[in-house]
Amino acid sequence: MNGIEEDVLSELTTTFRSGRTRSVAWRKAQLQAILKLLDENEEEIFEALKQDLGKHPVESYRDEVGVVRKSATNALRCVEKWMAPQKAPIPLVLFPARGAVVSEPLGVVLIFVSWNFPISLTLDPAIGAISAGNTIVLKPSELAPKCSAVLANTIPRYLDPEAIKVVEGGQDVSEQLLQLKWDKIFFTGSPRVGRLIMSAAAKHLTPVTLELGGKCPTILDTLSSSYDLQVAVKRIAGGKWGPCNGQACIGIDYVLVETQFAPVLIELLEKIIKTFYGENLKTLGNLARIVNKHHFDRVHNLLKDPKVAASVVYGGSVDEENMVIEPTILLNPPLDADIMTEEIFGPLLPIITLNNIEESIQFINSRPKPLAIYAFTKNDSLKEKILQETSSGSLTFNDAMIQFICDTLPFGGVGQSGYGRYHGKFSFDTFSHEKAVLHRSLLIELESRYPPWNNFKMEFVRLAYDYDYLGLILLLLGLRGIFRTNRRQ
Amino acid sequence: MDAEAIVKELRGTYGTGKTKSYEWRVSQLKALLKIGENHEKEIAAALYSDLSKPELEAFIHEISMMKTACKLALKELKRWMKPEKVKTSLTSFPSSAEIVPEPLGVVLVISAWNYPFLLSLDPVIGAIAAGNAVVLKPSEIAPATSSVLAKLLGQYMDVSSIRVVEGAVPETTALLEQKWDKIFYTGNGKVGRIVLAAAAKHLTPVVLELGGKSPVVVDSNIDYKIAVRRIIAGKWGCNNGQACISPDYIITTKENVPKLLDAMKQELEKFYGKDPLKSGDLSRIVNANHFQRLSKLLDDNKVVDKVVHGGQRDENNLKISPTILLDVPEDSLIMKEEIFGPLLPIITVNKVEDSIQFINAREKPLAAYLFTSNKKLEEEFVMNISAGGLLINDTTLQVALSTLPFGGVGESGMGSCHGKFSFDSFSHKKAVLRRSFAGDVPARYPPYTTGKARFLKALLNGDIIGLIRALIGW
Repeated sequence: MNGIEEDVLSELTTTFRSGRTRSVAWRKAQLQAILKLLDENEEEIFEALKQDLGKHPVESYRDEVGVVRKSATNALRCVEKWMAPQKAPIPLVLFPARGAVVSEPLGVVLIFVSWNFPISLTLDPAIGAISAGNTIVLKPSELAPKCSAVLANTIPRYLDPEAIKVVEGGQDVSEQLLQLKWDKIFFTGSPRVGRLIMSAAAKHLTPVTLELGGKCPTILDTLSSSYDLQVAVKRIAGGKWGPCNGQACIGIDYVLVETQFAPVLIELLEKIIKTFYGENLKTLGNLARIVNKHHFDRVHNLLKDPKVAASVVYGGSVDEENMVIEPTILLNPPLDADIMTEEIFGPLLPIITLNNIEESIQFINSRPKPLAIYAFTKNDSLKEKILQETSSGSLTFNDAMIQFICDTLPFGGVGQSGYGRYHGKFSFDTFSHEKAVLHRSLLIELESRYPPWNNFKMEFVRLAYDYDYLGLILLLLGLRGIFRTNRRQ
Repeated sequence: MDAEAIVKELRGTYGTGKTKSYEWRVSQLKALLKIGENHEKEIAAALYSDLSKPELEAFIHEISMMKTACKLALKELKRWMKPEKVKTSLTSFPSSAEIVPEPLGVVLVISAWNYPFLLSLDPVIGAIAAGNAVVLKPSEIAPATSSVLAKLLGQYMDVSSIRVVEGAVPETTALLEQKWDKIFYTGNGKVGRIVLAAAAKHLTPVVLELGGKSPVVVDSNIDYKIAVRRIIAGKWGCNNGQACISPDYIITTKENVPKLLDAMKQELEKFYGKDPLKSGDLSRIVNANHFQRLSKLLDDNKVVDKVVHGGQRDENNLKISPTILLDVPEDSLIMKEEIFGPLLPIITVNKVEDSIQFINAREKPLAAYLFTSNKKLEEEFVMNISAGGLLINDTTLQVALSTLPFGGVGESGMGSCHGKFSFDSFSHKKAVLRRSFAGDVPARYPPYTTGKARFLKALLNGDIIGLIRALIGW
């Protein structure tokens, strides 16, 4: 007997084969439907995000609804342009011919979503898959159950229900889905699960995009202007506790500063935390909570290591009942402690001091490649050095997080932070196959392509490969021997 | 061979940043070009020894293609390496953004036996151009070429960053246990799955250049002579059918068959003589295993009476003559696996349009070919057939074009190569955003208010009027 997952796959395969998802009209209608879904269900979405993660509506708009709206609007505007075949230049030897790269949908794709941005990480990749003309299964995270339910309730009402399905459930459902053959799997989550996804995909030769995370470092150069410093520290605070209270793949994991600069940074951060979020653990506002007990314990355990606890310079208190952890600053926790070897994914911010800010490059390079590096500096040669010598999914100077909303930049990791990329046209490409198409005519025929082989044909082919048209003409006229240059032999 | 030690050494070199420089890349590409220029005879002799590959085929398909790829990379490298400026939006104003290609690190290239020279060095060119350190594992099934590659690369290339590891399954297994920053594999789907599973342990991205049953659809109302010559060149003229983009089978209508068959028989004789087993212009079957495999396809009960041309075999010299089979059943062995040899079945359909459905009912091939003068059919073929590449009115030439991506889809693989596509396959495209400290927008930060919400909405939507209204508090 077939499980529900098989039925979903077979229905989506039938829809895909019918060809209807390939039309521009279908793609645009779905994109429009996403906008409508967001417009008409904004309050419901805000409420679900509040319940699952304690996100404030402004944060929910900034990181979820707004981001998706922007992507969908951009895709609507560009999808026809993206779909247009790209002409490929053809060398004269192949004349007459024309070449093109035609983007075609891959087929039925599976999108696994993580719990930290449960709305945008569902709909943003879906926009790419729709733009490219695929049929889609969306598997929201069971760790954000309210959002999962909102998606499962709204998507079938707004989008084509025979082409785009939401499959809710936990690990057992994910495992069932992974048994099946998909034309693409797009996964956002942890490296551990990423490996499982990739192993499962290997059985069916399914291409995979892995959006993982990593410890995203921030390099803070010693800034002399107090205005610059104010802005930098605000942006660091915004990049740490702003997006889902540090539970974000491109959130800041730790900060690297020169030793003498650390006290200044800590003082400013404290002030900003108080302005942004308040002082009292019980009345903290504008902060998402920790998603669940498991993650609360995980983050709390990072702090329990005595050496780590000793390095706390601000915060550190927890409210287990409401799963709140205070914005916490640590100064030089041991580098071999879990807090410095694992992705923190929570509101703890270690500050690591260096004698010279240039040492940050070596510090970063001796660890796995992160999804993002942030560097606050006005020193152009330091910028250049960071650009040339470090490797990361993205690199942002003098800000944090904001690269995420720049549609013209690819979003994706490298090494341990994943592979494949999306956003804007990159999303379209991620869910497309670039088919090479070459049209030839049957008019002109070069005898030299065919056996039986002889010396004349050998010479002809040599010249053709070098695009040596003069040589070819001479050869054909029988004059090649006379004018032969000594270029070869 | 100590795979771990080799990777460690290459990582050491990569860590120094040596391979990232433009100069290093150019010097290595030039060295590869020299190998092609100075050792043509030696390479052709190795290819002859491994496959009895005719000298001209060795030259056209392997040495020359490699040199052309090198020259192109040398010519374009500066442009490929250049960061690409992209526009930024109002949301992140003021800022500038660029996409910077950077090398991935230490990469592994595992190549195939059928074009053992080209398929080894073509990906290596891409890897070098992108600034990576490389380990090349040539196929042990083409031992002469493997040893020529090991010798020449050892002699010409920077061995602190570019290595050849020779060997068979145990060596490949040892290599696959290591952590690579990219694996580029050319071969079959079975091993492709093993490569992917091994890569999964280290989250290594993979390019798989596989094959599949590449169909040729032949319409009526065309010049059969030209079409047939192009089919022959792509089938038997490409390593005697042992090529991933070789035509695997023909689909045509019943009425076309007699004309098509006549033309094929005539042209085959012109190309390879009355006794093709004696022709010097045909490669042999690579080894006894593959000879047995192909013999089994021919001896299948379901097809023994379907051979309409050829069928001669010379087991001692591993030769099989160009063989055409007509109307083989769909459940015969020959229609269930990639043939990868000199056998060419012809499938007949009632209408030529039916071929689209026939192809789509099977796994996606690496290539699909169509001969027609009917524009409508051509358009339908392009829109409805999913394959790595499509070529209308010719065969196999798509590989010669560096402006077209070469690579499969579905069962025919993933990722692409050739020209800039190779460079991209071995590069990470790093997103770089440069901001200044000016223009900080308080609405990004808590405490959150309704005014901030309105401002953010306008900002994300690129709505300037809304933005101004939010700012002045309307």
